[in-house]
Amino acid sequence: MAHDATHDHHDDHHGAPSNFFVRWCMSTNHKDIGTLYLVFSLLMFFIGGSFAMVIRAELFKPGLQLVQPYFFNEMTTMHALVMIFGAVMPAFVGLGNWMIPLMIGAPDMALPRMNNLSFWILPFAFALLLSTLFLPGGGPAGGWTMYPPLSLQGDSVAYLVFAVHLMGISSIMGAINIIATILNMRAPGMDLLKMPVFVWSWLITAFLLIAVMPVLAGAVTMLLTDKYFGTSFFNAAGGGDPVLFQHIFWFFGHPEVYIMILPAFGLVSEIIPTFARKPIFGYKAMVFAIASIAFLSFIVWAHHMFAVGLPLGGEIFFMYATMLIAVPTGVKVFNWVSTMWGGSMTFETPMLFAIAFVILFTIGGFSGLMLALAPADFQYHDSYFVVAHFHYVLVTGAIFAIIAGTYYWLPKWTGHMYSEFWGKMHFWNSVVWVNVLFFPQHFLGLAGMPRRIPDYNVAFANFNMISSIGGFLFGASQLIFVGVIIHAVWFSKKKALDRVWEGAKGLEWTVPSPAPFHTFELPPVIHDEELAHGHVED
Amino acid sequence: MTRGASEWSPEAYFLNNVALGVCVVIGILVFGAMFIAMFRFRKSRGAVAEKWSHNTMLEIVWTTIPVIILIVLAYLATGGLRTFADTTGSEMTVKVTGYQWKWRYDYVDYKGKAIEKVGFMSKLDRESDETRQLNSGLDPNAVQVDGYNTYLINVDKPLVVPVGVKIRFVITAGDVIHSWWVPALGWKMDAIPGIVNAAWTNITEPGVYRGQCAELCGQDHGFMPIVVKAVPKEEFEKWLADQQAQANPPAPAAPAAASTTAAPATAQATDAPVSQGHQG
Ligand code: HEM
Ligand SMILES: [Cu+2]
Ligand SMILES: [Cu+2]
Repeated sequence: MAHDATHDHHDDHHGAPSNFFVRWCMSTNHKDIGTLYLVFSLLMFFIGGSFAMVIRAELFKPGLQLVQPYFFNEMTTMHALVMIFGAVMPAFVGLGNWMIPLMIGAPDMALPRMNNLSFWILPFAFALLLSTLFLPGGGPAGGWTMYPPLSLQGDSVAYLVFAVHLMGISSIMGAINIIATILNMRAPGMDLLKMPVFVWSWLITAFLLIAVMPVLAGAVTMLLTDKYFGTSFFNAAGGGDPVLFQHIFWFFGHPEVYIMILPAFGLVSEIIPTFARKPIFGYKAMVFAIASIAFLSFIVWAHHMFAVGLPLGGEIFFMYATMLIAVPTGVKVFNWVSTMWGGSMTFETPMLFAIAFVILFTIGGFSGLMLALAPADFQYHDSYFVVAHFHYVLVTGAIFAIIAGTYYWLPKWTGHMYSEFWGKMHFWNSVVWVNVLFFPQHFLGLAGMPRRIPDYNVAFANFNMISSIGGFLFGASQLIFVGVIIHAVWFSKKKALDRVWEGAKGLEWTVPSPAPFHTFELPPVIHDEELAHGHVED
Repeated sequence: MTRGASEWSPEAYFLNNVALGVCVVIGILVFGAMFIAMFRFRKSRGAVAEKWSHNTMLEIVWTTIPVIILIVLAYLATGGLRTFADTTGSEMTVKVTGYQWKWRYDYVDYKGKAIEKVGFMSKLDRESDETRQLNSGLDPNAVQVDGYNTYLINVDKPLVVPVGVKIRFVITAGDVIHSWWVPALGWKMDAIPGIVNAAWTNITEPGVYRGQCAELCGQDHGFMPIVVKAVPKEEFEKWLADQQAQANPPAPAAPAAASTTAAPATAQATDAPVSQGHQG
């Protein structure tokens, strides 16, 4: 580019700084920060995963063999907190950081310094959270939902609250950055309705984050003052109401679960058209479905509270509203299937994970629909059926989408192809064992096994053992993932093309592989036919 | 899911089955279409990508059909909610209080008559409790009553209730939130400190129905089971009379001696871990 030549003397402008500390700790580059997020998320995935291994090992057979019940509760609590706030959310932010500027033709994120800060808060937040496990009083053990009065019994309340505040600040800053980038930094010609679905999904998710993270912050602050400053927000003896916490928590919590799935919808909506070599079916319907799911997610929170003794009218309202969500969710699934119909498909690893996403997420949606029926939820609630539900939507939903996205863009990031053979090994092992792990949990729930218990009657023994075996093997399969990534980054000899996949469309494929340190310093000239959604008619 | 053994429990069971059926049918259609697509439209079979990317007719159809299905489901579920919310016409009231980590049952009234001082704590039976200690070396399979494994689902003193009587439960807690769940009754209800929740049941078959606390309540959350022993009305009335006699001993005059010697014997019988009747 002519532009390059005129700026050659600005060395730092074109290559990454060579000093390790300066490059990674002081980074304001969206690609490096994206990498930091992704590496952090992978690390947390394994820490949270090791907690899950403890849980499944203890539940391998009846009787307590490994840990005390209190420690078991610390494990379930920490597993959820680490996976939600440490693995899934940062992974999506990392993917957004890396790809949103590349997809909309922007040179970087709108607020690069804040970007650095929002990442570097996270290691401190999690160091604080994880350190509680080594404190004399132990870590939080009241569940990730932190219901008082139980959550106030621990000694780690202040640590937990402060860690949650840090995570919240990080998420809000990340969200502000994403909104500012998408709204202000699109290359000329990149109209909103030409943006990739992934970018749309992140735009909407970012608004959800800004709306609900402060609500969570408020809820945990009230816990803190109840514990240490003598308030009685949630203390019935002082005129407060323990159920109030649940309303506030789930007003955050339900949108939160969509924060963890909407970007996944976006990823899958990029990957399936690429490998089907056919444009996404119903682009506008997809965007509209995401927006309506986001809206509905604010008015369904009490479906987590059907058993707290809501008035009849409340139960009915929240049941109907929850059932409504199935409609836009269904539209998305039908559209993915129609995108595949009439295509010319190949099945590389990202496509395999995306297809598994569609099927297994839908199974999670089905159990969601069943849970929405309040009279039946009187049985399902707080049983293993719920555990099965949210692991289908989160593991085979959110996490499979993240893995699919990683394989999809890994060649663009590293400049090398990953090993397709080992990618497929990773896929087949994951998809088999994850079902062995979570499918039997439906049966356990229906048979009456409550969640969050360290030990159980022998009637539940067989399914628990199957589930544990699936768990260990699913966990082990993820080591293949690490191997594939390490190989692709440092050892792979196979150079990636700029347009890595034959059917790939969009601006990110017009830059070299690996993507140079700075891209789109001059806005690209956009040709509609190069975009995935350049000609939107429907 | 269990069909249960109460008047209401089939509602949840029926709804579960209908919803599951709907999901299975939709699943077969959607996944079927996907698999057909994956085989017909592969590049390796020479498939050439088509260009279309929308079809208004189809989109309207697959938005409308789910809406219709949902309306049917919503209609069925609303019926279940209404009957569940209606605690009127009950003939008996039991107060259930959750504590870390045991339940307290107080008999409030029966057939319009207030009951004085009949109430007791109900906690994990001793055998399960010894077995469940970390590395106890005891075998959970060995915890049995009448050949039925009761590991972690047996108590020292069960809740005794009559069959065929609409019983109103008022449910609360003394420390943290618990949840009272007996699958055979078809529902669970949170026990929340400072709040009194109401629910009802009308058990149709005599038997022993077991459940567990369903809301995380601390370290021994997994170890506070619930046992409901449903007995015929006459048997219940006799049991209640015995309990009342025990709780309200007549003035310590001489004629009372006979009844006080008789009472501990019956109390003994119910103190022992519950033996098996019909298992829920
Ligand atoms: C068709 C859409 C969905 C419906 C109708 C639905 C419905 C429900 C209902 C009613 C519950 C409460 C169950 C109970 O505790 O008794 C629940 C729990 C949950 N759902 Fe969903 N859900 C849907 C999709 C999702 C998605 C997409 C996610 C996340 C990616 C998700 C994550 C969760 C989680 C994490 C919980 C459990 C929270 C907890 O108690 O710890 N769900 N869902
Ligand atoms: Cu929800
Ligand atoms: Cu409990």
